[in-house]
Amino acid sequence: MDILNMTATELGMAIKNGEVTVREALDAYFEKIEKYDGTYHCYNTLCKKEAYRRADEVQKGIDEKTLTSPLAGVPIGIKDNICTKGVKTTCSSKILCNFVPPYNATVIARLEAAGMIVLGKLNMDEFAMGSTTETSATGVTHNPWDINKVPGGSSGGSAAAVSAGLAPVALGSDTGGSIRQPCSFCGVAGLKPTYGAVSRYGLVAYASSLDQIGPVGQTVEDCANMFSVISGKDEKDGTSMVYPEFSAEEALRGDVKGKKIGIPRDYLGDGISEDVKNAILQAAEVFKALGADVEMFDMPIVKYAIPAYYIIACAEACSNLSRYDGIKYGYKSDKALNLRDTYIMSRSEGFGMEVKRRIMLGNFVLSSGYYDAYYQKALKAKKLIQNAFFEAFKQYDMILGPVAPTTAPKIGESLSDPLKMYLGDIYTVMINIAGVPSMSAPCGFDSDGMPIGMQIIGKPFCEAEIMNAAQAFEKATEYHTKKPNLK
Amino acid sequence: MTINKELVKYLESLGRIELTEEQRTATEKDLQDILTYIDTLNELPTDGVEPLSHSFPVTNVMREDEVAMHNTRDDILQNAPEEKDGCFVVPKTVD
Repeated sequence: MDILNMTATELGMAIKNGEVTVREALDAYFEKIEKYDGTYHCYNTLCKKEAYRRADEVQKGIDEKTLTSPLAGVPIGIKDNICTKGVKTTCSSKILCNFVPPYNATVIARLEAAGMIVLGKLNMDEFAMGSTTETSATGVTHNPWDINKVPGGSSGGSAAAVSAGLAPVALGSDTGGSIRQPCSFCGVAGLKPTYGAVSRYGLVAYASSLDQIGPVGQTVEDCANMFSVISGKDEKDGTSMVYPEFSAEEALRGDVKGKKIGIPRDYLGDGISEDVKNAILQAAEVFKALGADVEMFDMPIVKYAIPAYYIIACAEACSNLSRYDGIKYGYKSDKALNLRDTYIMSRSEGFGMEVKRRIMLGNFVLSSGYYDAYYQKALKAKKLIQNAFFEAFKQYDMILGPVAPTTAPKIGESLSDPLKMYLGDIYTVMINIAGVPSMSAPCGFDSDGMPIGMQIIGKPFCEAEIMNAAQAFEKATEYHTKKPNLK
Repeated sequence: MTINKELVKYLESLGRIELTEEQRTATEKDLQDILTYIDTLNELPTDGVEPLSHSFPVTNVMREDEVAMHNTRDDILQNAPEEKDGCFVVPKTVD
């Protein structure tokens, strides 16, 4: 059996049928990680000891049929901002470089209860702030399709690991595109669930009203099976919602006949590369050929999405990150002699520049004299952006568009100009502001052979609808079957 | 909105961070670029619009007040940079 060429769902099936053991699956993945991760740097921490410690118990559960999830026994990589009991959780930041959570995030508890085994913690932009994984304090992750390019971000380690086959499936988090954009850059599938569909308990907070944990997978089916493991109400997260039992099998019918799909004209306007635009228009033709009605519509509010997003996200970030004080946990400067200096020096030495920039921007929009003009204004824009989606959903079952205006940039191109990096988030941030779900899936390659992704945006709590459409597309095309040649 | 060095210093103090002079100069320019872009939001008419903080309507979430053991003191203190007699150690703050 070629373990490394199976999707997560296929691997789960092979383990269930006794064709592969849990240990064999772990062996195959750890061996491949050892061989390639020195080059790509997807992982911050490996959990080899912990993984093998659980292997026999999980194998027993599968053999005795107490573990029945389609993904039981399947290894998984976890973004390094999701708390894992007894395993370092650093957010790729110096300030949390030695933080070992005393508890598991709810998603970790759920995937372990389903019999999945954590391989390690995946690299990311520091505190999920960035779109390239270059702001990581542990160094950049390389794109498996071109080692000189970024994997996207902030869940760059998650997307690159799945793309390179260093994890069969992974978890990421998405505050403004952080699952979908790296999936697009690395040619894999990813889901940003509806706000509240997945518990945020144990996810290190960036912008709490926008953050969601979601799956990164080789196929839509992998994402759907993963979503069914992690979704649902959690009493430890007051914003999590009751979610009806989600079955991947029922959700994925692979048929979009008669579905109405809208494409916002404003998603194909200024700044988009020709290759990306053409890939989206071709995707529209595929959906038409599958029997869907596809048409363009206007969504002029798109141009206000980035200003509103950066105001709201930074405001929440500066509040959330005030907990890092050098006293309770994390990095402490050894130069400080009094309490005030302990705060200032620990934070100044512990945070990277992008995090500092967002803390300052957040403090600005919340400060006396600017609060109404910026923060309140952005919350009103949020209402109008959500209204624009709800209006569109009166006409359409789902919305189709690009994930990002371009394919992956070269390493080093983005950091010098933060505003330019922010503008790359134009098509993704609106979805978090509106709180709706969006599925990202491969839909083409540019002239340099780099992957292009599309996103299918759905009504709140209609993950089944968008995953079904994405799978119908996947069945009709071959983009998801292409794999990068590793170096 | 115009950003100057004084404002950058004020924002540093609000966030309890301190930049080097070089970082401060770069930040002044970066924040200026970002805020100039953000100011395009002023073109969006929002009179009479109710600000939205939570995406979907939520109400207070209540639960029974039951005693349970989570994260004990010893577990929590394992991550403390400095710990003494079951407490976090901070520099002397009162003379």
